[in-house]
Amino acid sequence: MQSIGEAFGLAIALVLSGDADLIEIVLLSLRVSLTATALACVIGLPIGALVAIGRFWGRSAVLIVMNALMGLPPVVVGLLVYLYLSRSGPLGFLGLLYTPTAMIIAQTILITPIVAALSRQVLEDLHAEYAEQFRSLCLTRLQTIQALLWDARYSLLTVGLAGFGRAVAEVGAVIIVGGNIDHLTRVMTTAIALETSKGDLALALALGIVLLVIALGVNAAVQSVRMTAARQAYV
Amino acid sequence: MSDATALMHLQTRAATGHAPLLPLKVRDLVLRFGEATVLDGLNLDLGPTGCTMIMGPNGSGKSLLLKLLHGLMQPSSGRIEWGGDAPEQATARQALVFQKPVLLRRSVAANIDFVLKARAKDTGGLDALLEHVGLAHKARQPARLLSGGEAQRLALARALATDPEVLFLDEPTASLDPASVLAIEEIVNEARARGVRIIFVTHDIGQARRMADDVVFLHRGRIAEHCAAAEFFPEPRSAAARDYLNGRIVV
Repeated sequence: MQSIGEAFGLAIALVLSGDADLIEIVLLSLRVSLTATALACVIGLPIGALVAIGRFWGRSAVLIVMNALMGLPPVVVGLLVYLYLSRSGPLGFLGLLYTPTAMIIAQTILITPIVAALSRQVLEDLHAEYAEQFRSLCLTRLQTIQALLWDARYSLLTVGLAGFGRAVAEVGAVIIVGGNIDHLTRVMTTAIALETSKGDLALALALGIVLLVIALGVNAAVQSVRMTAARQAYV
Repeated sequence: MSDATALMHLQTRAATGHAPLLPLKVRDLVLRFGEATVLDGLNLDLGPTGCTMIMGPNGSGKSLLLKLLHGLMQPSSGRIEWGGDAPEQATARQALVFQKPVLLRRSVAANIDFVLKARAKDTGGLDALLEHVGLAHKARQPARLLSGGEAQRLALARALATDPEVLFLDEPTASLDPASVLAIEEIVNEARARGVRIIFVTHDIGQARRMADDVVFLHRGRIAEHCAAAEFFPEPRSAAARDYLNGRIVV
């Protein structure tokens, strides 16, 4: 067990030296969480758009469920995915448990409700502005959804970012379905948890620093894209 | 172009496609919101060509009438027939320009391109259309940064891109400067000369005098009078229209 000062020093040295283990863990984290975010957008954005423009019986109930699912506990998602993917589970024959694919599945389930619920709000607000003009133009439902998704693109970037932030920072789901196996399913958050319990604070802190830098970097990038778009009145 | 040529143009269009939308018949049209009756038993016939101005004080139901005619709203009772068709069947052959233009968060050209593609029309005419409304030099600029007059010209160009047979205008020049008002009127007049039927809501009496062939004057949800512009402006028959034209408040 090192002192905090020592740990920080070692952590920064590790980051700067480009430690191979560290890079491997960071890259796997990014691969899993970015893939999960992309999948969540592919599934969640059309759901958000359909609910945003739809007027159907039981819509309020759907909204409540969508919003409630935003708060899914990662360990519960991990447990459910584990039950499905374990040898005795219905999808056990796929042999996916303790692979990055299982982690992607769990994170996708975790953040799809976030993408759907937040995009629903964004698209509904935009639709309130466009609806009458679109009806005058006789657009089909598909054309309306396409136009809304495109015109809300910069706001939806923030929605995607919210999903990515949740995915990359969660530990409960990936540790259950991934197992934190070295060189196979070890990601930043599971490594931090493990190294901390082992007392190797330097690697844990180094990963923590990288995680923070990634979070800051992605936020800054999205913010700057949004500001450019805002100057052109595209937001 | 005379009315006769405009009519011929319409008939040519009718021969190549659908039955003509006009004449328009409105019978016993009523629109209620809860207890309030906002349009109360309207009867109206409009002929195939020209520019009809719908006038009347605030709250007389002008914009609602436009939306009903365009099929964006359902009346509480009564019927509207466009050459025998219900308004919803006619919507696609009409266009509406709103008082506050609703522009997409895209470039000027992309706003028109969007409509052309949505209607599966040839996008080849896009540049000519922008040229026509004096926005060719702003084609690549963000639409929502246009000035009020430019934004309304773009909205008008987008409406014309759908090649409408009827063009509804809901106070399109309210809050625009005089030069922008004339620019809009010029574009509308050109459309009318090509045979597009114009139905125009305005509060601008000067504009109504310049553009109207006939005037529908609404007051308290009823048609106080409907007659040729040449008769309406010198000698309105209804007391409400007289007060309105003289600048006295009509409630």
